[in-house]
Amino acid sequence: MKSLPLLFLGIFFMLAFSFTGIVLTSHVQFGALEQTTETLEADENGNLVMPDGEALYPLMEGGVTLQGKEVYISMGCIYCHSQQSRRDSYGADVGRGWAQRATVPRDYISQSRVLLGTMRTGPDLVNVGGRLQGDGGREWHHKHLYNPQITSKGSNMPSFAFLYKVQAIDGAPSANAVSIPDDSPYAPPAGYEIIPTRRAEALVEYLLSLKINYSLPEAPILD
Amino acid sequence: MSDSTSIKLDTVIPYTTNDPSLRAELSEIDRSIRSASIFFTASAVGWLLLGTVFALIAAYKLHEPGFAVGSEYSTFGRMRAAHLNSVALGFGNNMIFGVCLWIMARLCRAPIRHGGLLLIAGAFWNIGLTVGIAGIIKGDITSVEWLEIPRYATPLLAISYVLVGIWGVMAFRFRKGEHVYVSQWYFLAALFWFPWLYVIAQIMIIWAPAQGVVQSITNWWFAHNVLGLWLTPMALGVAYYLIPKVLGRPIYSYYLSVLGFWSLALFYNWAGVHHLIGGPVPVWLISAGIVASVMMVIPVVVVAINHHMTVVGLHREGWRSPTIRFVVFGAINYTFVSLIGSAMALRDVNLVTHFTHFTVGHAHHGAYGFFGMILFGGVYYMMPRLLQREWPSAGLIKIHFWGSALGILLMVFALQIGGWIQGLQMNNPEIAFLDIVQNTMPWLKARTVSGLLLLVAHLAFALNFFWMLLAPGKTNSKDAPTLLNVKEEGAAQ
Repeated sequence: MKSLPLLFLGIFFMLAFSFTGIVLTSHVQFGALEQTTETLEADENGNLVMPDGEALYPLMEGGVTLQGKEVYISMGCIYCHSQQSRRDSYGADVGRGWAQRATVPRDYISQSRVLLGTMRTGPDLVNVGGRLQGDGGREWHHKHLYNPQITSKGSNMPSFAFLYKVQAIDGAPSANAVSIPDDSPYAPPAGYEIIPTRRAEALVEYLLSLKINYSLPEAPILD
Repeated sequence: MSDSTSIKLDTVIPYTTNDPSLRAELSEIDRSIRSASIFFTASAVGWLLLGTVFALIAAYKLHEPGFAVGSEYSTFGRMRAAHLNSVALGFGNNMIFGVCLWIMARLCRAPIRHGGLLLIAGAFWNIGLTVGIAGIIKGDITSVEWLEIPRYATPLLAISYVLVGIWGVMAFRFRKGEHVYVSQWYFLAALFWFPWLYVIAQIMIIWAPAQGVVQSITNWWFAHNVLGLWLTPMALGVAYYLIPKVLGRPIYSYYLSVLGFWSLALFYNWAGVHHLIGGPVPVWLISAGIVASVMMVIPVVVVAINHHMTVVGLHREGWRSPTIRFVVFGAINYTFVSLIGSAMALRDVNLVTHFTHFTVGHAHHGAYGFFGMILFGGVYYMMPRLLQREWPSAGLIKIHFWGSALGILLMVFALQIGGWIQGLQMNNPEIAFLDIVQNTMPWLKARTVSGLLLLVAHLAFALNFFWMLLAPGKTNSKDAPTLLNVKEEGAAQ
């Protein structure tokens, strides 16, 4: 191999090959998916169309949950938590109740940054909002973030207590105080309470919003 | 290298000679790149120490989650990312700039022009990296694997990189002589591939994000190719240069070198998608990634034959020459880590190893056990030639080698055995998740111990390096190469 141009062409086309095959082809094949209804119906010509009046999925991300996602990103949660579910016959993602179905490309189209993750030091979170919901879920998340040992003894997740303030109770306890039983070793001193900062509130709203509770035509939730 | 071996080399290797004019030429080339190479290598040593500290904090936190939780700056996610970027871009890239550019200049028989500008480009690389890693710790981490550095630092990194890379390409452009050695193909290709990968990944994930999981696909096309098309070809190029140079024996087969190079270039490219097996991406992409990963057996076996057949019968050199000891250790690990990697891409195996510490062990096996060790060997060879003096302490080299070798082997065994158990248990929904977490604890503690061994090794390396660099009086008096076993005469370095 003495010819520089020939050597260089070879080097160029090798990477061009995988760039075209993997990156550009993906972009063309499924880089512009759109939201859809949970099921499709046939119109008079036999074409599958979206029924009128049904909601479109996946939902858009926005508001306080997007602020919470920024916290999730800045804390590096992705290094221990994935956000993807594999089909039932491959792994135990469905078997563990992490999600009811496999996730597909369309589930991620509204996300400005996709956080699939490759590590499960902790459980998958793609549907954590389906597992822990409402005020009960909110309370669980705050306790867990403040100190994971409160809810999950033996966990190796770090405490995110720096997202909370310990403050003296002024009159009646605050409505948003984290409810840790007084006999817990993690309870604040008597007369004090633990209050989530704005970032902690946003992070929990983001976790509550992570839901795969809808079907897609290509990925229905089966009973 | 002693004269007796040089005479032998003269007849078999084109770049080794006793001809005074050619030796003067080599010396001129060395002088042209001396300050830049020393600057890069010294920066690499600094980043290595810092990256090791970040690594130990992260490793310790995984089994002692109450450690250093007072501040968000030291939370696990940021320490892990700070570690990865310190060692990959700080240690890895600076080592490459220091060692590979020097070898490139020597093989091209062309002095580096305007070495001062190269030094400035290198300084900006390290400034950009410092800003980037400070940004990660501050909380501007992107949470995109292998691309964690915040966007305000990445343009500086990209520009500095391109400037540094241009020097390598220019050395090749102005080379003397007809023959192009195998190491030059690898260096030239990697210098060209890395900026393409980096810029495309930055654009499609950070600056103008592609829709949905196209980001993830681009991410793993990039991240796996950082190993496959950047660290790997650089380390293979160094091994291809040093093994025949030190042992005084030509590479076993030129034709295997050609086959190994082009099959690596073809297959490694496509392998990255195996990080998404089972994930929300089209199955045809995954299958293509698996096929490419398995086909990697060809370049790996070919390079293994070429390297190991060149060394065969001369393994004793490993007891004397620091360079050969590190390079051969790295080359052996290349064979093992690559074959394990091909197996990990099979769907049945990946079902167990995916999402576990097994993969973390594999990444360290490749990046450190293979790439890092070969580049250490390169530094042990290069520094005496740049500084015209010898390594001050053979004992420190031995501590470095055994700390690194035992440390990385312990880490790989701990994480891969522990990770395999973790994977089997995660696939059984009857086993509670927190029980699985508890079962990984002994293995994670063993990994921290392995990290301490690596820290000792790196301190020994840094001490020897800066001693050699800053206290020439103590080392000038040596008149023979620093060998690991001085009783055996006539060894090469």
